[in-house]
Amino acid sequence: MNWLLAHFDTLRESVARLVSQPLATLLNVAVFAIALSLPAGLYVGLDSLSRFSRQISSEPQVSVFMALGAGQDEVAAVGQRLRHHPDVGRVEFVPRQQALERLKRSAGLSDVLAELKDNPLPDAFVVTAQEPRAEVLERLRADVAGWPKVEHVQLDSDWARKLDAVLRVGELAVGVLGILLGVALVAVTFNTIRLQILTRRDEIEVSKLIGATNPFIRRPFLYHGMMQGLAGGLAAWLLLLIGVAVVNTGLADLATLYGTSLRIDGLSIRDGGLLLLLSAGLGWLGAWLSVSRHLWQIEPR
Amino acid sequence: MISISHVCKRYLGGYEALHDVSLQVEPGEMVFVTGHSGAGKSTLLKLVAAIERPTSGSIVINGQNLAALGAGAIPYLRRNFGLIFQDHKLLFDRSVFENVALPLEIGGFARREIRRRVRAALDKVGLLGREKALPITLSGGEQQRLCIARAIVNRPAILLADEPTGNLDAAYAEEIVGMFKAFNQVGVTVVIATHDVSLIGRLGARSVHLDHGRIAVR
Repeated sequence: MNWLLAHFDTLRESVARLVSQPLATLLNVAVFAIALSLPAGLYVGLDSLSRFSRQISSEPQVSVFMALGAGQDEVAAVGQRLRHHPDVGRVEFVPRQQALERLKRSAGLSDVLAELKDNPLPDAFVVTAQEPRAEVLERLRADVAGWPKVEHVQLDSDWARKLDAVLRVGELAVGVLGILLGVALVAVTFNTIRLQILTRRDEIEVSKLIGATNPFIRRPFLYHGMMQGLAGGLAAWLLLLIGVAVVNTGLADLATLYGTSLRIDGLSIRDGGLLLLLSAGLGWLGAWLSVSRHLWQIEPR
Repeated sequence: MISISHVCKRYLGGYEALHDVSLQVEPGEMVFVTGHSGAGKSTLLKLVAAIERPTSGSIVINGQNLAALGAGAIPYLRRNFGLIFQDHKLLFDRSVFENVALPLEIGGFARREIRRRVRAALDKVGLLGREKALPITLSGGEQQRLCIARAIVNRPAILLADEPTGNLDAAYAEEIVGMFKAFNQVGVTVVIATHDVSLIGRLGARSVHLDHGRIAVR
């Protein structure tokens, strides 16, 4: 009970100490907030993008374009073969005339298209594969590409899969950035606590002389580092909330243009909790290293 | 209680502060260690409190050999001592009360117990009215008494005092020595290092003379 009360007292003192030096505390908290919100912001951005790209890449669509010179019966034969292919689920035939009309309607290119004497578009099939797995799609594509009068087979999700791969590299980069900034935060705390120790040297010396254990001496500094880290984590979370809200207003305009819904989700409660735990932990670690170094230095030999 | 045998202490650079010093202090005894400044009195007290380590020889406190104590055990050893330092080592950013409460906070006492014991210790040294004062506002004699209050608040078995009457006039010094005598009478073992031989005469306590790091025979 005494033990718990003593910890509570130390916690209160460390908060009081942080509040009593508002400028220094504010600057340190700002450093934490910026250094944490940067990788965390990139993380949520990448996470939302990759969820979006994964959702697209899981649509198992393949477009089969016929050669321009293909005759009606040749097109019909390919259609027939497609319908009987074991990997194929559904087949939609898009005649070249219909494709042209769709293009005229959708893209506002009617003036340009009207200039054309011939229809430049081929007949096409939009094929939905049985399964959304990449190797099934790839097999289907290779297979169909070899058929007579088939000009080109395209996986509609190809770009999305490539994007996904790029995003994975991005996530790795964010991880590395996060680690580097984490080390920087430990260093910042180390230095802050070092200054604290310098102002409280006599207290440490006297306490040791009259029987204080090392954990007793470390305790207030550990709380100081931890509370500062925690405040920084909270500030980072707040900064992230604001940042995500701002980016989402921009994305909403972009998304209406493309007719999709694209938005970044903020940190989940779980991830936010992890962020706080991490920032408090980094502060604690920096403080621990700093005090331990000092205690080691004043150890009599 | 304190058994020092064949202790040498040599500092870096070769200066030998103590040479083959042996000394026994029985429980409840009061011993003065006298000698000129530089004779090794402070060093002897620091070795006993495990603030410094002897170069050779052994020190046994309450049956515990200090050489065998790990770094983790030393804080608990020090809690058996009440230490009074030559340079006071008061914390000037804390009140009189907080200075005296420090050993109890370290010992993990409950707040109520701390308040009770600090008051009792301040009462014994006659500083009860100055609880909230800052040490800087106290006179030299009062600061010395504050040190003593901090040393006894833990009810230690052994009091180690380094020049407790250092720069006090005779009347103050008399008063301080009287306090030590009172603690000794209730069973506390007291070791006092001093250069002021005039203190000892009337008390009839044992005294040990150090001369250039050696026990001098008289």
